[in-house]
Amino acid sequence: MTTVAVAEPFPGEREVTDQVVREHKLNATEYRAIIALLERAPTLTELGIFSALWSEHCSYKHTKPVLRRFPVDGPQVVQGPGENAGVLRLPEGWAVAFKIESHNHPSAVEPYQGAATGVGGILRDVFTMGARPVAVLNSLRLGPLDDPRNRYLFAGIVKGVGDYGNCVGIPTLAGEVCFAPCYTGNPLVNAMAVGLLREADLATARAHGVGNILLAVGAKTGRDGIHGASFASEDLTAESEKRRPQVQVGDPFTEKLLLEASLALITGGYIIAIQDMGAAGLTSSSAEMAARGGVGVEVDTSKVPTREPGMTPYEIMLSESQERMLVVAAPHRLDAIRAVCRQWDLDATPIGHVTDDGIFRVVHDGRVVAAIPGKELVDGCPMYSPPAVESDAAKNRRAFAPMVSGPGCSVTLERLLDAPTIASKRWVFEQYDGTVRGGSVMPPGGDAGVLRVADTGFGIAMTVDCNARHVLLDPYEGGKGAVAEAARNIACTGAQPLGITDCLNFGNPEKPEIYFQFVEACRGIGEACRTFGTPVTGGNVSLYNQNPVGAIDPTPTIGMVGLLADVTKAVPSHFRMPGDAILLLGETRGHLGGSAYWAEVLDTVGGAPPPVNLTAEHGLQRLLVAAADRRLLRSAHDLSDGGLAVALAECCIGGPWATVQFGADVDLGRHADAASDEGWLFGEDGARALVSCDPAHVAELQRLAHDHGLPCHYLGLTGGSDLIVRRDARSWRWSVARLRAIYVDAIPRRMATVTARNGAP
Amino acid sequence: MTCVAVIRFPGSNCEAETLAAVVRAGGDALLVDYRDTHLHHADAVILPGGFAYGDYLRSGAIARFAPVMQAVKALADAGGAVVGICNGFQVLCEARLLPGALQRNAQQRFVSRPVDVRIERNDTVCTADYDVGEVIRIPVAHGEGRYVADPATLTALEAEHRVLLRYVPVAGSDLPHNPNGSLHDIAGICNAAGTVVGFMPHPERLADRVLGSDAGQRFFSSLVRSARVEVAA
Repeated sequence: MTTVAVAEPFPGEREVTDQVVREHKLNATEYRAIIALLERAPTLTELGIFSALWSEHCSYKHTKPVLRRFPVDGPQVVQGPGENAGVLRLPEGWAVAFKIESHNHPSAVEPYQGAATGVGGILRDVFTMGARPVAVLNSLRLGPLDDPRNRYLFAGIVKGVGDYGNCVGIPTLAGEVCFAPCYTGNPLVNAMAVGLLREADLATARAHGVGNILLAVGAKTGRDGIHGASFASEDLTAESEKRRPQVQVGDPFTEKLLLEASLALITGGYIIAIQDMGAAGLTSSSAEMAARGGVGVEVDTSKVPTREPGMTPYEIMLSESQERMLVVAAPHRLDAIRAVCRQWDLDATPIGHVTDDGIFRVVHDGRVVAAIPGKELVDGCPMYSPPAVESDAAKNRRAFAPMVSGPGCSVTLERLLDAPTIASKRWVFEQYDGTVRGGSVMPPGGDAGVLRVADTGFGIAMTVDCNARHVLLDPYEGGKGAVAEAARNIACTGAQPLGITDCLNFGNPEKPEIYFQFVEACRGIGEACRTFGTPVTGGNVSLYNQNPVGAIDPTPTIGMVGLLADVTKAVPSHFRMPGDAILLLGETRGHLGGSAYWAEVLDTVGGAPPPVNLTAEHGLQRLLVAAADRRLLRSAHDLSDGGLAVALAECCIGGPWATVQFGADVDLGRHADAASDEGWLFGEDGARALVSCDPAHVAELQRLAHDHGLPCHYLGLTGGSDLIVRRDARSWRWSVARLRAIYVDAIPRRMATVTARNGAP
Repeated sequence: MTCVAVIRFPGSNCEAETLAAVVRAGGDALLVDYRDTHLHHADAVILPGGFAYGDYLRSGAIARFAPVMQAVKALADAGGAVVGICNGFQVLCEARLLPGALQRNAQQRFVSRPVDVRIERNDTVCTADYDVGEVIRIPVAHGEGRYVADPATLTALEAEHRVLLRYVPVAGSDLPHNPNGSLHDIAGICNAAGTVVGFMPHPERLADRVLGSDAGQRFFSSLVRSARVEVAA
C-alpha cells in the first residue's frame, strides 16, 4: 500500500457533510471505506471522483462476482473483457472488435441526444482499440405505440441513432425493436459497434512509463453530463425529468474527425494508450488507464481546455462532454501527435503525466485537490452479493395459462404480423444509412447483417437478440435462449458464431427477485456460450431500470458476431424462387408458454417458455453452416417470435425492398401429431429454422441434417400468390400481398401522427 | 491512365468506396485534401458523399468555400469532368456549378433504401456505358435530397435535356418511387455539355457483384473512359 497522500479543498467548494455524501449516492459502508483508504475525510473533488468510480455503472459492485463466471477464453479471443471492447481473431491477420452498451437513462429523459450519444460512445470504444468502425447495430425497447409519449420517445430515439451514425458514416446493419408495457417510461437503447483491425495494430488502454504525458484530444470540456454515471445507477422517478440538463449533447462531425485522428495516432505508433472520456469522463479514463498499468497519474485540471471559464476541478473531472479522448504518450512525441491532430482540425493538450507513486492525483493551479491510492480507487469499491430469491408472483406467472380461446389461426397470423414487435422495421432502418462504406452484403431486414471485409474473400455476420418475455418467465432458460437465438440468426446466414458481447438490462439489484433474474439469466448465458464455444468478450450492465410502476422485464441483450469464410456463400432469409422445396429443420413440440401468440393475441404473459436444448441448438448451427458451405440453401430463416407461421409468412413476404413475393403450399399433416394447430403454427420451440432449396438438393440436405442429429421435415413448395397451410383435413390460406401490407404498414400506421419535432406530449 | 481525384472534405465519408469503384473501373484514383489548391493533374474529379463540415448549417454550404473548390471550378470551366454524388451534388449546387438546390426530404426524415432510377441520357461523362431509358436500382441515403428549382430553371432543364437521372416506379414495389419529394422526380442533373454532373443516389455502394449487384459500376467505367478520351483528344 502506498503512503497516505494529502489533498486540500478547492477554494469555495462545499464542505463534505453527511447530506453531501448522500447526494453522491455513496452509502455509509462505502463512505467508511473511503475514510479508511484515505486515513482522512475526502475533499469534495475526491468525493465526486469516488461517487463516479464507485457507481454501479463503473464499479459493477453488484455484478462482478456473477460476471466472473462467464466463459471468456477461446482460440479466437484476442482481447477478452476489461478493455474498451472485445476483440476476436479473423483470417488473414484481421480481427474484429465489438461491444454493446446501454444509454437507457439519458434516452428516457432526452431521447434524441440520449440515443445519439449512445452511438457516439460505443463507436469510440471500438476505435480506441485501433479498429475502424464498420457497422453499428441497436436494440431498442419501448412501451406500446398507442401511448403518445412512447411514440415521441420512439421517434426521437430512432432519429438520434440515425443522425449520429449517418453523419459519422457507419452503416447500421442489424437490430431489433420490441414493444412491451414494462418499457413505458424506461425505454432501452442498446447500441453495438463493430470494427475491423489488423491484429498487429491492437491498441490498449494501459498507461505506463513514468514521465509520459497525458493528452486531452478532441472537444473541449463543458458542464454537460456531470454525474451521468451516477444518474445511470439509480431508479428513474418522476424527478428524473430534472436530469435533462445532465444529458450530454452529441457532435458526430467532431466524432468523425476524432475517429480519423485516433486511428492515425494508433496505427502510426505515436501513442502508448488511449481511452474515451466516456461515463465519468476524465475521472474514469485516467484512473482506469493508470490502474491497468499499475502506475499513478497526475492530472492538472487547470490545463484542460474548457468551454466556459471558471470550471472547478470537480466539474472538469466529472464532466461527460462528448467526443473527447485521453491519450498517453512519450513527451518527445508531442509535436508529431499535434501534427496528426491538426490534419483533422483537432488539438492535443498536455494535461498531466504518469507517476511512480500509484496515486491518482488532481492538481489545479498548483494546489493538490485530490490524492487517492489509484488501484483501490478503481478496484476497491465494496462488492455486494444481495439475496437472490424468485418471487411468488414470478412462479405463479410461469404456472399460468390463458383462460380464453384464440380467434383461430387465420386471424391470429394477421394479428401477429401487425404486432409492432414482430412487424417489419422498415420505418426504422429506412432512417439509418445501411449501405455507406460499400460493403453491406445483407443490410437490415434479414436474420443478421452481413458485411464483406474489403480486399478479402470473407465476411462477418452480426446480430442483436433477446426475448425478454422468455427471460421474465424463466430467467435461466431465457438467458440460454437469448444466446441461442443470436447464434441461430448468425448461422442462418451461413456464418460460424464466434463470440458475444452482452448488455445486461435489469431492474434494481437490491431487490431479491430482481437479483434472482440477474443471476439466473447470467447462468443461462454462460452455459449457452460454453456449449457453443462463443466466449463473452465484454459488455455492459445497466441496472436500476425501474420506473415508478416497477422494473423492466429482464433484458440481457446479446450481441454476436460470426465469420462467413466465403462471403459469396451468404444465405438470405427470404424465399427467392418459385418451385423451391421448403424444409423445417429441428423438432416441433408445439410449446405455447411464453409465446407471442399468448402475449399479443390473448393478452397473456405467462407460462413456462420452451426449454432450450443447447445440444440441438449447437447441432442446428453446425448444420446451417455446413449446408451454406455446400451451397445447398436458397434461403434460411430462424424460428422465434410467432413460431412457424410467422416465419413462413416472413419468407413469403420477402425483404423490405422486395418487388416480388412468393406464395407457399405446405402440409404439416405427417409431423408432430401431438401438437395443437396453434402449437404447430405459433409455438416457439427453439432450435428450428425454415429453409428453402432447389428440390434436387432435398435428399442431400436431409442426409446432412441426419448427420447432425436433427429432424428435417419436407413441408412443401414455394409458388403462387397465397400462403397455404394444410394439416390433415384442415387448411388455412392467406394472400401474401395482404400479409405484406399488414406487416410493412404496422409501424408507419401507428407513427403517422408523430414526428420527433412535434411529438412531445 | 485516367486519373480521378476524389476530394475529401472534413466530414466526407464515402471516399473509400468511391476510390475503390474508380480503381475497379481501371482508373487511377487520387485522394485530394480540401486544403489543397490544385488537383494534382487529375483528369476528372468526384465530390463524394458524406456530411462536409457536419452539414449543421445547410448541406454543402460551407464546403463550397473550401480552398480546393477554386481548382474544381477551374476544371469545370475548362470542360473537365466534375461529378458530385449525394453530398457532392449538394456542394455543386451551393457552388453554383449546377442550378437548383437540395432541400430537406418531404417526409422530414432521413431516407436510406434502394431507388429505381432511369438513365435519361448517355452522352455525359459518367453514363456512356448505360443505355438511354435503362432503369437501374441503386441506394439513396440522405436527409436533404429533395431537388427544387424555380419554374424557369426546371423548364430549361427539361428543354435542354439536362435531367440525367429520374426516379421511376417499378412493378411490385410498395414504396413511393420518389424517395424525397424531388420536383419532376429529379435524381440527378448535368450542365449543357454533360461534363458537370450531380446526383443523389450512390452508385459506388452497389458496384461489386459480391454485394448482390454491380448496377452502379458503369458510372465509374464511363467516367474513366470518357476522361481518357478527352485527354487523348
